[in-house]
Amino acid sequence: MVRCFLIHTVCPVSALSAGESRVLYSRVFGPDDGVLSERHRELSPEERRLLQKEKVAAVARQVRSAVSLSREASGRLIVETMPGEENLALQDADCGVVRLRAGDPFSEETSALWLGVQSLGFTLVCEPHENLLLAEGTLRNLTRHCLEHLHMLGQGSEVLLKSNRIDVLLSRLLPHGQLLFLNHRFAQSLEKEVAAYMAK
Amino acid sequence: MYSHASESLIKQAREIQVSELQKFYSRLMKMLQGKELGHDTVDSLQRLHLILSATKYTRTLPLELQKRFVALLSSPAEQHQVLSAAVLRETLPLTGQELNYNHQLNSHAAGLLLSQAVSKGDLSSLCTQLLRNLESRPSEGPTHSLMHTLPVLNSVLTHSPECLSEDQMTLVSKKLVDWLRYASVMQGVGTSSGGFFTGPRSRQPVPIAELDGSVSGDFFTVLCVGQGFTEDQWMNVYSFSMLRHWLLTYHSSCSTTVDAANRLQLSLSLSHSHSFSNDDRSEVDGSVVSMVSATSSSSRLLPPKERLREKAFQYCQRLIEQSDRKAHKKTDTELQKACLVEAVCILDCVCVEDASLVYRTFPCIKALFGRLSSELSYARVLLPIAQFYLNHGEIAAVDCENVWKVVFGRFPTELFNDPFLAHELLRFLRLNLESIELRVPQYTRYFPNLLKFLAWDSPAMVDDFVDLLPSMVTTGTAVELLHTLLDLPCLSATLVLQHRSTCLPISEPVGRSFVSLDAFRNPSFRGLFLFLLRTEAGSGDTMDRLSTLHELLVEAADWPRVTQCARTVPVLLHVFFNTIVTIADEKLLAHLILVMLERSSLLLNIPAYIKEIHRVFSCHLLRLCKLHPSLVVNQSHELLEFAGSTANVYSKEELYTHVVWVLGEYLSVSCDSRCSVSLITSCFEALEAVLFEITSSAPPTGKVCPAPKVINTLMSALAKLASRSHDLIPRVSLFLSKLRTVTRSGSVAWCSDEEDLVAIVTRGEELWSLLKAPGVAQSVLTPPPHVIAPQWHRDTNVALPLQLRALTSLTHSQ
Repeated sequence: MVRCFLIHTVCPVSALSAGESRVLYSRVFGPDDGVLSERHRELSPEERRLLQKEKVAAVARQVRSAVSLSREASGRLIVETMPGEENLALQDADCGVVRLRAGDPFSEETSALWLGVQSLGFTLVCEPHENLLLAEGTLRNLTRHCLEHLHMLGQGSEVLLKSNRIDVLLSRLLPHGQLLFLNHRFAQSLEKEVAAYMAK
Repeated sequence: MYSHASESLIKQAREIQVSELQKFYSRLMKMLQGKELGHDTVDSLQRLHLILSATKYTRTLPLELQKRFVALLSSPAEQHQVLSAAVLRETLPLTGQELNYNHQLNSHAAGLLLSQAVSKGDLSSLCTQLLRNLESRPSEGPTHSLMHTLPVLNSVLTHSPECLSEDQMTLVSKKLVDWLRYASVMQGVGTSSGGFFTGPRSRQPVPIAELDGSVSGDFFTVLCVGQGFTEDQWMNVYSFSMLRHWLLTYHSSCSTTVDAANRLQLSLSLSHSHSFSNDDRSEVDGSVVSMVSATSSSSRLLPPKERLREKAFQYCQRLIEQSDRKAHKKTDTELQKACLVEAVCILDCVCVEDASLVYRTFPCIKALFGRLSSELSYARVLLPIAQFYLNHGEIAAVDCENVWKVVFGRFPTELFNDPFLAHELLRFLRLNLESIELRVPQYTRYFPNLLKFLAWDSPAMVDDFVDLLPSMVTTGTAVELLHTLLDLPCLSATLVLQHRSTCLPISEPVGRSFVSLDAFRNPSFRGLFLFLLRTEAGSGDTMDRLSTLHELLVEAADWPRVTQCARTVPVLLHVFFNTIVTIADEKLLAHLILVMLERSSLLLNIPAYIKEIHRVFSCHLLRLCKLHPSLVVNQSHELLEFAGSTANVYSKEELYTHVVWVLGEYLSVSCDSRCSVSLITSCFEALEAVLFEITSSAPPTGKVCPAPKVINTLMSALAKLASRSHDLIPRVSLFLSKLRTVTRSGSVAWCSDEEDLVAIVTRGEELWSLLKAPGVAQSVLTPPPHVIAPQWHRDTNVALPLQLRALTSLTHSQ
């Protein structure tokens, strides 16, 4: 299963200190990590929510560092792309994995797969036994759809103001965090459903 | 991409005033009371979501409004479900909130319930409700209602597997068998059918196809395509997607050994027939019959768990077969790889449960390895195959050597720059370390190769190597491993050059010309680079012309990849030394001390790197000598040579200070009986000469004055040695008195700071007065072991008088 999916900044943001990342969208799947563990049982719902938000922020920070270090090492220049060039942007994206040790921040060890598209990171946090090859394909597919349906290569703020579109994308391509083995026909069929939703 | 507008939206959402928010709530309330929800409402809901989610602190909605959202969850319009679920996810569940769903849960509502579950009881009742839906025949509910059942179930059992009862587990197992093995083999009604030009002919059932376009001759799998899909074909996809997790959760943990013999017999009888011909009919839903189900066989007699295992086995075998087909679409080729990974993992899982399946599985795994081992694009599929060989190779008495040659030999050599392969390979090593050390002892020989992952992408890999490095440290590899770690930045630079030289043809002018790239291509230096790039250890600890290599790579010192790598080396050296002290004998440790002394001046010229390495060396030299004091007498010749060189004071201050300290501390007959008076004298003379030299003249041009710490350490070492050989005392005293005279004038060329000078002189005077009473000097400067490690306070007989004396001194002072 996938633990969470997030979209966050991997570039410097003026209002944040260096190394921080702004989370623009996050979705944690399944019951809260803390509810069922002994350690966090005594937390109030507010504290639990806070803890979950902090966990997501911790993942975003780690990925942000990984992206900058990886970009520094490769020395490649980031090519700015225009809306409509989603495929190009995706081809040009950096990618990698961050190992998140047990307890940092999730109770079990997890792997955070990331795609760095210009100033944004798309991250999928996977459970230890997950099929990362499938996860990688799913992440690319999700990212492409997000870029297209929320016009993310442009200057707009649809990622904040139309996040229900991402919810719908996730409900089809990654329902409740379940990675799916979708061949192109199954994928097309889901994409039609998604397109119908977006058209409304 | 990320604009100022977005940033200010977040700011606004966070800083919204209470009064304004209240107004917004009441406006929303009015909107939601209307029958139709217009664009404005949707827009407002989305803004509300932003306001709630932008802050990590919880905002509470008015009760009425929250109830509206709960009602909206079961609206027929998906957009409303999505938005209300999104808003409710960001709020707290109402106390005693009864999300009373008598109707069927939609996916978004189920997701919300899942995320707001506060106890295992909540999860159990959710499961019960979902499974009730499963039991009813598919035709009774709306199509999409079943789709989310399995993902939700899978999500629950990730967190809390005990939520399902034995009966529920059996039900799901039976259902999974049905969907996996008996999904319809005819295409579902595609959206294209039913058009004006499509006559009744196209409504004829069409069989499903394989990815290469041919008609499928066997049961349906995720690698089958058609114009449209039936519900059970969708369920087939969902079932296979969760199958491995299901097996891992409910099978491996509670695998029983009962009837093992029975099962063995059964599976042997099964293996005689073709694996796909022993088909039978669906048990739960008799209406679906597989096309190739010809004869009923013994698998029908199996209990549900074993039956699922058998069907999983068949499904995976079929997937492996299907993955050999040439897919028309690139995405499907990628899917085939992912399916291979999953299939091999599932086969491994069922074989762990039931060892008798190993014999039926191995021919297929072997064939797969044979087919894929030469194709690098399938590298990530080969890792689960390696796992299979590791887990079952021994039982099946299969030779695995070729597998390890590919995984440990070829992959790091050729795919060092693939971050995903690197992550998975290192994870494979970490998770199976014990088993690998046992079954693949030659693994440690591949360390020069495995370290390429680290050299290429240090920040991402260092965490794994902190865990893995101890397994690579053996008495056989230690010396070579130490050299290799020290040259890791060189390896990093070499990999960059290799990468560049394969990417750019020789004739092509590089943007910036690299001297090192020419060197890399120059046949006369080929050997140096080849040594760095070696696959296996054992061809020598290090190379002769190391300094030449460092000169060739001098421009690499500021390449980002190389500096990132250099920053990780000290961490790994600490791991290395921490491990080595637990396994090495004194002879090996002595050798390592030599390597440290030698390599301290033979490093790639990155000043920060050199400084850090010297610090690590100092720390561990001290630890090694503390642990084995006789090492100092043993290696006195080399240590003295190092300590006797004045140049080292200026270039390796930190390490030099520590070497002097261990000489002064441990060059003593109490540490090693071989320590002779002449040895102490020669050590004394060497240190005395250096101290005299650095305190009689200004530092060489371009160097700064030696730190007071070095001078103090030298003086103390001399005093310590003199306290062990009293003939030397007059010589120290003479020096110390001269020091006082010289510094009386106030300033000297070898010490720029006045305070430092005072400190040095004070220390000198202390030592001088101490040496005036040689007996005292000896017990202070070379205390016997029982004083350093006091045990006497534990002895009641000794401790009581001691306590009394302490008390007396307290009372007397008052």
